[in-house]
Amino acid sequence: MASTEVLRADTSARVSWKNDPRIRGIIFQVLVVVILAAAVYWIWGNTVDNLRRANISSGFGFLDRRSGFDVSQSLIQYTADSSFRSALIVGLLNTILVAVCGIITATIIGFLVGVGRLSGNWLIAKICTVYVEVFRNIPPLLVIFFWYLGVLSVLPGPRDSLELPFSSYLNNRGFFLPKAIWEESAWLIPAALVVGIVVAFILNRWAYRRQMQTGQPFPRLATSLGLIIGLPLLVTLLLGIPVSFEFPQKGTFNLSGGFQVKPEFLSLYLALSFYTASFIAEIVRAGILGVNRGQTEASYALGLRSGLTLRLVVIPQAMRIIIPPLTSQYLNLTKNSSLAVFVGYPDLVQIGQTTMNQTGQAIEVVAIWMVIYLGLSLSTAAFMNWFNAKMALVER
Amino acid sequence: MKKFVTGILGSAAMVLMSAAAGSAATLDDVKAKGFVQCGVHTGLAGFAAPDDQGNWKGFDSDFCKAVAAAVFGDPEKVKFTTTNATERFTALQSGEIDLLARNTTWTLSRDTSLGFNFTGVNYYDGQGFMINAAKLPGINSALQLSGAAICVQTGTTTELNLADYFRANNMEYNPVVFQGFDETNAAYEAGRCDAYTTDQSGLYALRLTLANPDEHVVLPEIISKEPLGPLVRQGDDQWFDIVKWTLFALIQAEELGITQANVEEMKGSDNPEIKRILGQEPESKIGAMLGLENDWVVKVVAGVGNYGEMFERNIGQESPLKIARGLNQLWTKGGLQYAPPLR
Repeated sequence: MASTEVLRADTSARVSWKNDPRIRGIIFQVLVVVILAAAVYWIWGNTVDNLRRANISSGFGFLDRRSGFDVSQSLIQYTADSSFRSALIVGLLNTILVAVCGIITATIIGFLVGVGRLSGNWLIAKICTVYVEVFRNIPPLLVIFFWYLGVLSVLPGPRDSLELPFSSYLNNRGFFLPKAIWEESAWLIPAALVVGIVVAFILNRWAYRRQMQTGQPFPRLATSLGLIIGLPLLVTLLLGIPVSFEFPQKGTFNLSGGFQVKPEFLSLYLALSFYTASFIAEIVRAGILGVNRGQTEASYALGLRSGLTLRLVVIPQAMRIIIPPLTSQYLNLTKNSSLAVFVGYPDLVQIGQTTMNQTGQAIEVVAIWMVIYLGLSLSTAAFMNWFNAKMALVER
Repeated sequence: MKKFVTGILGSAAMVLMSAAAGSAATLDDVKAKGFVQCGVHTGLAGFAAPDDQGNWKGFDSDFCKAVAAAVFGDPEKVKFTTTNATERFTALQSGEIDLLARNTTWTLSRDTSLGFNFTGVNYYDGQGFMINAAKLPGINSALQLSGAAICVQTGTTTELNLADYFRANNMEYNPVVFQGFDETNAAYEAGRCDAYTTDQSGLYALRLTLANPDEHVVLPEIISKEPLGPLVRQGDDQWFDIVKWTLFALIQAEELGITQANVEEMKGSDNPEIKRILGQEPESKIGAMLGLENDWVVKVVAGVGNYGEMFERNIGQESPLKIARGLNQLWTKGGLQYAPPLR
């Protein structure tokens, strides 16, 4: 940088503005912006023109019309009388549901397998290696089909469902569990949970400050868990367990009542979890191997035991390596959830397609898809960036 | 993924297609490229399915051939694009295909806001239900289906009729919605659903492809009107007229007793109506009015037969489907098929 400035200062008297790299730079940037704007203008005008000539109505007015179709799985109140907007929201929530569940499970399996591959136990290490190599090298769609057609649809029909403990059943229509029905006083239980979390948080901050000042450790993990789990449990017992269960019953066609998990959701969720976990496992392994062996040795030399070494020295440093690639795996999982259409899970893409067909508004629906997936990906990335910044090396 | 991509490509075509290209007359485009590009089903026995030699056979694909015969005098000058229920409309809107003959129900919104023109009804159908009677012995009416899981294909009027029917009868159901025909069939066959719903013609065609066709029963209720017909893009009246009158010519030929076998002989008929439709009158304008040759009806009937022959050969008594003519009988024989005068 410095050398070019010197050069420019030397020659500026003789060089015309046409050869000045700074002015040239500006001219080319302006040119690119103008071309881009012209292209966008042309595409926009062309689209509007083509739509008008083909007599296709356009605009987002269709969102308020009655949808007229039913959706098998919905987190919010939805019927065929609801609008296309609600239908798309149902789809979006289903996408988020499968993505969040998938991300949590994939992370857990991924960490276990990643650590397992580094295990000194030959069998565990080999099993984990085989797992990673198998799932990483199969397209996700095949994994979904494997679960849907290979595992769930060969289960027995509803009339001879598999009976599992706690009055739950498994058949080719899904997984049926007793549904908890809470009495009115039961709101105290989540309230106790919130109180437990808040108290645990305050206690942790106090313990941290005390340890910094006096060096006195405090059993943080045990007390926090005790507060978060124990408090709601205590309240539940005090209220006399204010819950009853609705059990699945055999009906004409299927089990009815209870809580149902549909095979479409299950297959997509399991497939995405197992598939993405194989990538996460490799990221975790790389993260742990990326921490210099000298760090562990230094920590032992300071007298820390191996558990503490792992928790205080290795994992914090490994996390810095793990989190950025982990973010892209989370984004991949969210985007791969659009493969739902192949097993009939009503996600955003499937409901969007139905909407597209009932209304013919292909461009609008594709635009909605793009904006929503972009929004989902950007917010996941933003959250992970925040988390990464929090975990990053804090220099004191 | 392919269907998803097609949806996007269709929209992309709409976005990028230059304004000049789309406005040319479809007939000129078709003549310039030398074939009719026709959108058909991905494989529905009797309506449009390739045989073991890869030739398309079926009631809908024969209609495409009839249009090719009308334009070129040769029923083989047609290329088929397979479309599933969700991609068929974008394919037509974007100009990828010249006409769509794919068991498509004529509705007001499709005729208007989607930008299509239906050229008539080539098959009067209605929506029904099929169940596996071996697994559900006591069921003999759709009104007993409350609580059932029902397989249905997305993007169809079927999906909407299903919702309406169960609501009207205060019954509950659990829709299992698939995008592709094959995925829906596989799920039904695997027992994921208790019932399968689509147009009755489709149910009969599907039943043939199941492992044990005799176990499956089509329930008697017909819950909707499904007038199926070929459709074209709005805004090109000449092409619309050609496709529309090809259908009418097929029906009229049956009414007049003109068949694939006797069409050449009929050219010498004394019946003025037959002479007129076959373009044998002096100074005939029967083709010129549409921008076609005057003997176009001769070519159509020589190519694929008349409406009745097409029906019997593909889906009627001469086919494994054995669907009765029913509403699709000529108006003179108690059905609804009726062609305006070709004059």
